[in-house]
Amino acid sequence: MQYQFLGIGYLTWITFLPLIGMAVVLLIPKSNINAMKWTALAATILQLVLAAIIWVNFKPSLSGINDPNGFQFVEKTRWIDLPGVAWFGHVAVDYFLGIDGLSLPMVMLTALISFVGVIASWNIGKSQKGYFALYLLLDTGMMGVFVALDMFLFYVFWELMLLPMYFLIGIWGGPRREYAAIKFFLYTLLGSVLILLVMLGLYFSVNVTDPATGQAMHTFDMLAMMNPQNYDPHALFAGIGTYWRYVAFIALFIGFAIKVPIFPFHTWLPDAHVEAPTAISVILAGVLLKMGTYGFLRISFPIFPDAVLKFSYALAILGFINIVYGALCAMAQTDFKKLIAYSSISHMGVVLLGIAALNTQGVAGGVLQMFNHGVVTAMLFLIVGVIYDRAHTRGVNDFGGLANQMPVYTGIMTVAFFAAIGLPGLSEFISELLSYLGAFQTFRWIAIFSSIGIVLTAGYMLWTLQRVFLGQLPEKWKGLTDVNGRELVSLVPLMVVVILLGVFPSIMLHPMSATLNNLVDFIHKVGTGMTALK
Amino acid sequence: MVQTIYESFGYVIPETVLSVFFVLTLLTSLVGDRRSKYLPAYTALLGFAVTGAFVAGQIGMDQLVFSGMYAVDPFSWFFKVLFLVSGALIVLFSMQSRELDTASTKYAEYYSLIISLTIGAFFMAGASNLLMMYLSLELVSISSYILSGFTKENPRADEASLKYVIYGAFSSGLMLYGISILYGLTGELNIYALNQAFSSGALSQVSVLIAIVLMLAGLGYKISAVPFHFWTPDVYEGAPVTVTAFLSVTSKAAGFAMLIRFFKIGFIDIAAQPAVAGMWQIFHGLNWTDIIAVLSVLTMTLGNLVALWQTNMKRLLAYSSIAHAGYILMGFVTLTDQGISAMLMYFVAYLLMNLGAFYIVMLVANKYQTEDIDGYAGLGYRSPYAAFALTVFLFSLTGIPPTFGFIGKLYLFAALIKTNYIWLAIVGVLNSVVSLYYYVKVVRSMYLVTPADSTRVDFGFGTNLLMTVLMVPNIALMLYFTPVLNWAEHSVLMFGLH
Repeated sequence: MQYQFLGIGYLTWITFLPLIGMAVVLLIPKSNINAMKWTALAATILQLVLAAIIWVNFKPSLSGINDPNGFQFVEKTRWIDLPGVAWFGHVAVDYFLGIDGLSLPMVMLTALISFVGVIASWNIGKSQKGYFALYLLLDTGMMGVFVALDMFLFYVFWELMLLPMYFLIGIWGGPRREYAAIKFFLYTLLGSVLILLVMLGLYFSVNVTDPATGQAMHTFDMLAMMNPQNYDPHALFAGIGTYWRYVAFIALFIGFAIKVPIFPFHTWLPDAHVEAPTAISVILAGVLLKMGTYGFLRISFPIFPDAVLKFSYALAILGFINIVYGALCAMAQTDFKKLIAYSSISHMGVVLLGIAALNTQGVAGGVLQMFNHGVVTAMLFLIVGVIYDRAHTRGVNDFGGLANQMPVYTGIMTVAFFAAIGLPGLSEFISELLSYLGAFQTFRWIAIFSSIGIVLTAGYMLWTLQRVFLGQLPEKWKGLTDVNGRELVSLVPLMVVVILLGVFPSIMLHPMSATLNNLVDFIHKVGTGMTALK
Repeated sequence: MVQTIYESFGYVIPETVLSVFFVLTLLTSLVGDRRSKYLPAYTALLGFAVTGAFVAGQIGMDQLVFSGMYAVDPFSWFFKVLFLVSGALIVLFSMQSRELDTASTKYAEYYSLIISLTIGAFFMAGASNLLMMYLSLELVSISSYILSGFTKENPRADEASLKYVIYGAFSSGLMLYGISILYGLTGELNIYALNQAFSSGALSQVSVLIAIVLMLAGLGYKISAVPFHFWTPDVYEGAPVTVTAFLSVTSKAAGFAMLIRFFKIGFIDIAAQPAVAGMWQIFHGLNWTDIIAVLSVLTMTLGNLVALWQTNMKRLLAYSSIAHAGYILMGFVTLTDQGISAMLMYFVAYLLMNLGAFYIVMLVANKYQTEDIDGYAGLGYRSPYAAFALTVFLFSLTGIPPTFGFIGKLYLFAALIKTNYIWLAIVGVLNSVVSLYYYVKVVRSMYLVTPADSTRVDFGFGTNLLMTVLMVPNIALMLYFTPVLNWAEHSVLMFGLH
């Protein structure tokens, strides 16, 4: 088989490399902190290299989503296999990995942000061993979510993330870390148990023929769940537009919406962000939030296309609320981190608005926005981290006139801020444009009202820029030094990506277009019942 | 008759061996130093090992012995293995317990009572006659009354024991009353014969209902289901940790085994494809499933909500064990083979995670002299390995991957979804979210609070090894649960149901 190293597929490597790193970190003696850091860095660099190799070998023409032959780098092995007794039937769970144009950008993003996060964690002050071990475990969980195609496996990875995240916020966080950590944990668990129930319902509704034995069996295979032909006619989720399908869609929606987070499930986010250490904020905003919208596109939309079509209007309205509400809240903040946390809520609203449009522009814009927001917001949190490391305060109003004191820093920050505003030539411009364009075709008025968000974003971003960098430099900040080499190593790659995708977005849009076209097409065909049912 | 009895003895060798070792363990107090805990403990361990060998020989047996008094079938085999593992682990734990040293001249009695409780549990798992059920239940109860008051210098233990006796006597009295009504109605004590009497439809529904509710009181007390749970927190807190751990697993599992057998054999229509449907088919007028479902909801919700406020680790685990009884009852609601196999699987998980958690509680009480959650502050830095193990056990109790507790819960919920008990599944998952809060409270104390005194406290190699033995399956069985699932699926078979 192609794309293997030592007989093990690339996707397994990219997912479990950090776990190997974690084992190594745990074996390193407690005093040798440098060795731990370098191990973590090596693991994430290897992961990034592997992601690049996958990127190069990716075939953009294949469509993915519901087509088993449209996935690439596929690995499928039986994990749990029990012939079973008469009354229960065959139990089988597959270890099923694969990527398409939807997961590719997320895999890239995860590898990139994980690497940047290690650099940002370089000066972690206590229990470094535990920190890097948990960090690498988190990395495995995130990568696993984006490559898993079996829902059981997906769920395990999804939950695997919670534990390290709880400890990373709870042990290494700020003053109110305990509150923030448990709030994050409870909210996310609440969401995931709803996903669990829907998963079980789907399991019992879908009946496929086992290729190995020829017997009928239930399956956790997401691709099989997307095919209406596979549903048992009397099953809970059978048919099109039935009551339980709508209930299931809403339950899944809440599960994923908590992660995004979508109003009114967003209240954990500002707390978690403010208390988390810089690198963990970066991971949280850069990757974790994307899992929610990824879940919509990978699971909710193609498995319940009828429900998506029915609820798309509501989704768009929620997107609008997120955009405007997030921006207004951001405007009111004086804590730098909280401001960016709320701006994340606002920007994730754009993703929701784009994908709710259910046309190619909107969905492509949404997915691209997921990637771009991941990069830009990671930059913003790193920037806050830089100033916090030096001044030990995050109050926006405490600063002023830093432009003269820290010119390089100001330059980088300006790029990030303008990217967040959506200035042409920088990455978020393209994705926001596409999202609004898509939304305008489907929900004209919602799109128009949502565009208020752009003005608001420009408002709070420029105002912040002015408060921090322009004006008179207070006496006490005269000693602040400019960004150092380590910080540049983490910021510059992200900045390059932001500019590159701003001027040349098709390198990202091209590989995902076939997949997203298929997704949109599939939703409209199956969701309206054009595909014949059993 | 004599011939039957003689032949039947061949099927109760494990129980006989255990009884012999009960006597032997008791006799060790006459040999050597009375204060030595090792001789009786090793005798008891040997007893469990020898019994284990005989139990292993019973695999696949499907027999009703002693004229229908006692069933030796895959279902009871499953529980026997569980009881042996639990008993042996408790003996190992007890050897390290400091708490028991206050009653140091009575080790022989202690270990022999552990054996006698196990014998009772064996009989509970197989009993298929109402009198047999009652007697085995009493054997378990009386052993546990004495065990829970074993450290009698401790006033809390005295209180626990006395409370336990009073509640226990009352509940078993109710149960006995229920049995007498059933006997009066049908003239039968054998549950297979009761099934036929029920299905004839000639009985008064009301009197049967009263009898069954009374039976349920006795069984509900054993599994500490709401509203028969009031003894649980006090007994669990007052009794020595090892005894609490033992009661929370063996005694509860035995109660569930008896509950399942009584209802499954007594109430399904054996002629009508019981193995597939396995539902409550006899009392059409009464919705039994909903009654049990409400009981299950009450049990888990109360257990979880009250556990939120606990500051004592043993009390917290007591309420958590009430909540777990509620989860396990969810599988019972369906009474399908799938539901029961999910329950059996959950028992395996419950044994591993609950005994593990209690073990660490005991070790911490030994070394740190505290049972308060606040006393666990900074444990993650002072005794990292024990704290890590406790974290695994607690997350397993919560039911989060990658732990085996997750698979246990997953199968319970799967059984509910399959039978369309969606509302119950939703209540169940919400309850596990609530439970996260109090389990994490302990984790928080261990890792998020910096200790005042940060000297390292290590537990030694043997202790760490035992922790590992309990911890590894908690994770490994999540990654590969095929064998347990297979075992549980094959163990739902009871005599006469095929």
